Amino acid sequence: MDYFGDPAVWLPWTFAALMGLSILIYVVLDGFDLGVGLLMPLAEEDQKDRLVASIGPFWDANETWLVLAVGLLLVAFPPAHGVILTALYLPVFVMLIGLILRGVSFEMRAKAPIAQKRMWNGAFFAGSLMASLSQGFMLGMYIMGLTWTLPHVGFALLTAVFLTVGYSFIGAAWLIWKTEGALQERAIGWAKGGIWGLVAGIAAISLATPFVSVRIFDKWFSWPEMLYLSPLPILSAALVGFLWWKLSRLPFRDDQWAWTPFAAATGLFTLAYGGMAYSFYPYVVPEKITIYEAASAPESLFIILLGTLFVLPAILGYTVLSYYIFRGKATALRYD
Amino acid sequence: MDTLLLSRIQFGANISFHILFPTITIALGWVLLFFRLRFTATGESKWMDAYMFWVKVFALSFAMGVVSGITMSFQFGTNWPGFMEIVGNVAGPLLAYEVMTAFFLEAVFLGIMLFGASRVKPWVHTLATFLVAFGTTMSTFWIIVLNSWMHTPQGYEIIDGVVHATSWWEIVFNPSMPYRFIHMMLASGLTVAFLIAGISALRMLWGDRGEDVKTALRVGIITGASLIPLQILAGDFHGLNTLEYQPAKVAAMEGNWDTGPNIPLVLFAIPDEEARENRFEIAIPNGASLILKHKASGVVPGLNDFVSEDGEVLHPRVAPVFYSFRVMVGIGMAMLLLSWAGVWMLRRYGAGHMPTLPLYAFCAMSFSGWIATLAGWYTTEIGRQPWLVQGVLSTKDAVSDVPAGMVLGTLIGYLVVYAVLIVAYIGVITYLARKATRGEPYSTRGYPRRGEANVAALQPGE
Ligand code: HDD
Ligand code: HEM
Ligand code: HEM
Repeated sequence: MDYFGDPAVWLPWTFAALMGLSILIYVVLDGFDLGVGLLMPLAEEDQKDRLVASIGPFWDANETWLVLAVGLLLVAFPPAHGVILTALYLPVFVMLIGLILRGVSFEMRAKAPIAQKRMWNGAFFAGSLMASLSQGFMLGMYIMGLTWTLPHVGFALLTAVFLTVGYSFIGAAWLIWKTEGALQERAIGWAKGGIWGLVAGIAAISLATPFVSVRIFDKWFSWPEMLYLSPLPILSAALVGFLWWKLSRLPFRDDQWAWTPFAAATGLFTLAYGGMAYSFYPYVVPEKITIYEAASAPESLFIILLGTLFVLPAILGYTVLSYYIFRGKATALRYD
Repeated sequence: MDTLLLSRIQFGANISFHILFPTITIALGWVLLFFRLRFTATGESKWMDAYMFWVKVFALSFAMGVVSGITMSFQFGTNWPGFMEIVGNVAGPLLAYEVMTAFFLEAVFLGIMLFGASRVKPWVHTLATFLVAFGTTMSTFWIIVLNSWMHTPQGYEIIDGVVHATSWWEIVFNPSMPYRFIHMMLASGLTVAFLIAGISALRMLWGDRGEDVKTALRVGIITGASLIPLQILAGDFHGLNTLEYQPAKVAAMEGNWDTGPNIPLVLFAIPDEEARENRFEIAIPNGASLILKHKASGVVPGLNDFVSEDGEVLHPRVAPVFYSFRVMVGIGMAMLLLSWAGVWMLRRYGAGHMPTLPLYAFCAMSFSGWIATLAGWYTTEIGRQPWLVQGVLSTKDAVSDVPAGMVLGTLIGYLVVYAVLIVAYIGVITYLARKATRGEPYSTRGYPRRGEANVAALQPGE
């Protein structure tokens, strides 16, 4: 096949890659701020403001990656967009309500009368929980091919729990990086408690995926693909080992290496995600619709791609700028 | 009730909730930039006090806008899968450009605008404020382009039942886009002007005589008074444009059943679709002909033209379009009266000595912009029915096949959450006003104007 000659081939591929990239960025970035929300009830009353402050300047932009991911699905693969979202109607609803509660409590907890603060803290946690559970549930259903049978729902419930624990883990890793003192020590404890969720989640998905479809099974367990794939599990195991070792040693003096758990967690999410992407390619709706069948007209994709080439570097640039401006330990949030 | 009706109600509820908050943030961003620039220019701390108060309202509204907007971006897939399948080649790129050129700009610089003032140089902070305001305006532009295209589509061809773009220039600059964009920007400006005037009036009634409150009241009234004539003018042009492209909608707005000259302007009536006539009509003779055709003998289209031979009704339901149009125009007129009276009283008494009666009036009108905006959108959107994309895709062909019970259940869920949030939102704004009235005058604080300086601590997260 002439890959770069025929736009009906390389455009869908490019858009699948872009969409995959924004989902991954979303999972890592909103993953850590959802995770911080999940950890709220575990923190002392006077630490809660600091937790929120550590994600305050970032959460909005983080969620925008979700808008971009859904947008790209909508734009580039319209029929798939309809099929996936109608199949996941209920979990999407739960997620949206969760995201609404969360985003609103962010502002409300700081501005409403003090007497209401507890309530909005509660809503912040509840919203984060709903969003994480429903995302995990959708992940499970997607792997199972979007059909609502009892075993599939059971598996999805399992991934819901694992992803939620995974998010709390990456949230804790973020806090280790962005906080200090007593709060940081707590975060280290939370991270130790949460790492199993990530490991179990990755294991469950890796075990289940090849058995859902013969196609994926063959893709994994045939020679020489197995050889090319082997770095995935090996690197993942190494990262888990590294995390375990680091967490038992932190905090170091002068706060060295505080960023490493977050970096390693990002690495783990990326590897797991890469494995999944490899398994499902070229399908956008598992086993039903490929990216080539679902793609929009090449001329429409092309006009978006043109814009993307200019805009994406700018977005990445000012995102980095914002993380740079708010570098260092989280301080109280003030409008001045 | 069937899935179609429920999906329409659900979509209507979600977008109505969403639009409330962008309507505030679009213009408030520019107002904040104005406050900030005035402060830089004059060094008077009242400008910064006003900035500090309204930036909180902005942050709250923005959060509400973002989360309800995320809901919107899923609504196309969950409720109208047919929309994207048929017109995705046009709608998709427009939405994609909105996300890429507007949402990221706002979202990233919002963090710097809200929490970065002590971390970056003042000019960088001013720039961030500008970029946020600019980003919200870009959002408006792209979404209005899409919405206008749905009303007056052009620049496309249909191949195998699917719409393909032929000219992006024609799609973006479709005939109703300029009118709709200007009208929406002005609507946002008016909403914010009356909100600022109303909340400042409330604080004055509570006894706050701070310089910042007086200044905000003045800014609110003067902005409102200058924008409302423009809005009425823009509305008139908008109506003429609609007359050209969607005559059935205009007929419903006017409550006019029979095509002909010398059509009166109906001020009030109860349109009866069964009998196809108006009851209890109060009208100005020749009014509609004069407004729409600029002469008394001008021929105005009537609803009966939009009934097919075999009796199928091809125009939108009359009553909702008719009433919501009157609500919008009525509020527009009330805004005109109040804001001009307000300007006169500003000159007569000065902001500090306004009599209480106009202050109460401004309080009462605080959220009038919301009602006018919603009424305007209902006119526009219900007036397009039965089409989703005028002449291309009908609403019933786009709906999803989700069971009605599921749509109903989620609809109730959304409505409950929205009701709670609206109450909380308005409650918090009044609470902030009360706290600012009681609290220390902001002016005792110093603000850095140029270069870095330390600022007295505020409450964390405040
Ligand atoms: C503060 C808000 C506000 C105010 C005071 C007005 N409008 Fe408006 N109007 C809107 C906010 C709005 C809106 C929400 O922005 C709409 C809905 C869609 C659009 O483009 O603008 C709209 C739509 C809209 C339409 C329908 C366009 C269509 O058919 O698609 C017409 C004819 C007018 N307006 C005319 C007027 C007139 C004659 C006004 C005089 C008082 C007026 N509007 C005041
Ligand atoms: C069906 C239509 C719509 C969809 C899918 C939609 C989607 C969204 C989304 C996802 C966001 C959040 C962006 C972020 O993460 O920062 C948002 C915010 C925004 N929307 Fe909408 N929207 C719609 C209608 C409208 C309309 C009609 C307007 C205005 C005329 C509008 C103006 C804005 C603005 C200015 C913002 C940013 C400011 C804020 O959040 O308050 N949108 N929208
Ligand atoms: C933001 C202000 C808006 C409000 C208050 C609003 C309101 C409504 C309402 C009430 C309906 C239901 C009409 C009916 O069932 O008779 C509707 C339909 C719809 N509107 Fe809007 N609308 C807005 C903007 C937009 C924008 C910007 C878009 C496109 C991007 C849009 C796209 C649609 C679609 C797809 C439907 C569904 C089909 C239909 O029932 O017409 N709307 N809107």
